[in-house]
Amino acid sequence: MEITREDLKHLADLSNFSMSDEELDSLQPDLQKIVGYISELGELNTDGVEPTYQVFEMENVWRDDEIKEMEADREALLDLTTEEKENQIKVPKVL
Amino acid sequence: MKTANKTVTATQLVKDALKKAEFFKDYNVFISLNEEAALKRAAEIDERIARGENVGRLAGVPFAAKDNYLVKGTKTTAASHILEPFEAPLNATIIDQLEAEGAIMIGKVNLDSFAHGSSTENSYFGPTLNAVDKTRVAGGSSGGSAVAVALDVVEFTTGSDTGGSIRQPASFNGIYGLKPTYGATSRYGVISMASSLDTDGFLAKSAEDLDLLMSICAHRDEKDLTTLPDFYETSEAKKVQKIGVVKEFDSDVVDPEIRACLKEKCEELKKSGHEIVEIDMPTLKYALAVYYIIQPAEVTSNLSRYDGIRYGFRSENSADLDSLYGNTRNEGFMKENKRRIMIGNFVLSSGFYDAYFLKAAKARTLIIEEYNKAFEKCDVLLTPVSPNPAFKLGEKVGDPIAMYIEDLMSVSINLAGIPGIAIPAGKTKSGLPIGLQILGPRRSDKTIINFAKELA
Repeated sequence: MEITREDLKHLADLSNFSMSDEELDSLQPDLQKIVGYISELGELNTDGVEPTYQVFEMENVWRDDEIKEMEADREALLDLTTEEKENQIKVPKVL
Repeated sequence: MKTANKTVTATQLVKDALKKAEFFKDYNVFISLNEEAALKRAAEIDERIARGENVGRLAGVPFAAKDNYLVKGTKTTAASHILEPFEAPLNATIIDQLEAEGAIMIGKVNLDSFAHGSSTENSYFGPTLNAVDKTRVAGGSSGGSAVAVALDVVEFTTGSDTGGSIRQPASFNGIYGLKPTYGATSRYGVISMASSLDTDGFLAKSAEDLDLLMSICAHRDEKDLTTLPDFYETSEAKKVQKIGVVKEFDSDVVDPEIRACLKEKCEELKKSGHEIVEIDMPTLKYALAVYYIIQPAEVTSNLSRYDGIRYGFRSENSADLDSLYGNTRNEGFMKENKRRIMIGNFVLSSGFYDAYFLKAAKARTLIIEEYNKAFEKCDVLLTPVSPNPAFKLGEKVGDPIAMYIEDLMSVSINLAGIPGIAIPAGKTKSGLPIGLQILGPRRSDKTIINFAKELA
């Protein structure tokens, strides 16, 4: 299948990338090749096969609902952000 | 492994390692050095040794961590721009386990950004050079980890293997690299790439060292509920009698010198009384396509957290929140990160999900079944790690498919969750290292490590 400019724009939006038109165009040949390659899987017969999403052998591993101290406290975590005010993370306007 | 004692101090070992790191600076192995903290820790360990205390099985041993391992107080960049300013507020569990045995982390080493790549050329900080030939790539994504060991800067390094990222650079630089069974080691504090495939392991100079590191680190971790109950230390190494070779890998895609090396090894094994069994694994040729669907899908999900708000790089001059997200992510990620995130969104999007993601998940079942059947006919499999020895810098970086083909023989074991160990097996006529990998069923880590010792 062909990856069009519109497809690329849609994928960039889904990915949250503010891409220029030039950058979108520059990615087209690469993504086209990758999609071409992975499409070869279509020839493998998988009728009646159950999918595997994880190989961990176990499901629903529970732990006791106990409060545990984290190594990193609130101050250490807030130190990681660019702008902080009164113990909150500052961002540009939302609306 | 050389440990500290009353005559050889931890301080001396750390100073030597730092001196070598400086000497080999042009290989671009380290993203950051942990000099001050490492020397302080070494002095403490020396004091404890002087008091006659048992400091642990890795007393004073200098090591380096792949820069996707969180080490408290150090920059942890994942070799990316978007995490360039990020300083880890906590330790990965593996770092805690190693330090509890007296090991000393001297620096953080290079990788492909977010471990996306097979050459370490996708690093924001530039490529790491091959330890044997500086005009060639280190392999990847744990390229810095491999070269640090191969140049003897440190005794061992940590690595992460999502589709070959420990084994391929180990083989490109002539050392040992272990990808454990999925869930054998904790992933807590290691930056996630593709969670159903990511496995953390080690690169070292011998299988004995890998055995020791697994004894220390292969434990259930309360902080990572996808760790298995302890099995490594209590498991018995099975005596390897039947060795399987994969028929499909004996093809023109694989460099003739690597195929010859494997054949030679098989002849040696026959002479020493082993049986070589040829095994058909026809589904494996689809493993790379399956991997390059499932892995980007999981990458898309794991990398959605990088938005410039809570930590890391934040783009300037964004008028509102949406443009802040879009600008930060577009400026902060590298080209290969973007390709993978976009492909991940493609294979997961409505209209394509069934044909790509679901199809790949079904094919994954067939690959697992094929490995199960193979291990009914043999104790372990012996295969090449990569289709070619270390290639030239710049040779493949412009062509994503050429780079993906590098992973042809390494990705399927991540899909199946089984362990593999890369071992140095010979050299090409031009002197480049050739690696082979020993693969076994789930939880056979001790068996494959033990067999690697036998082959050494």
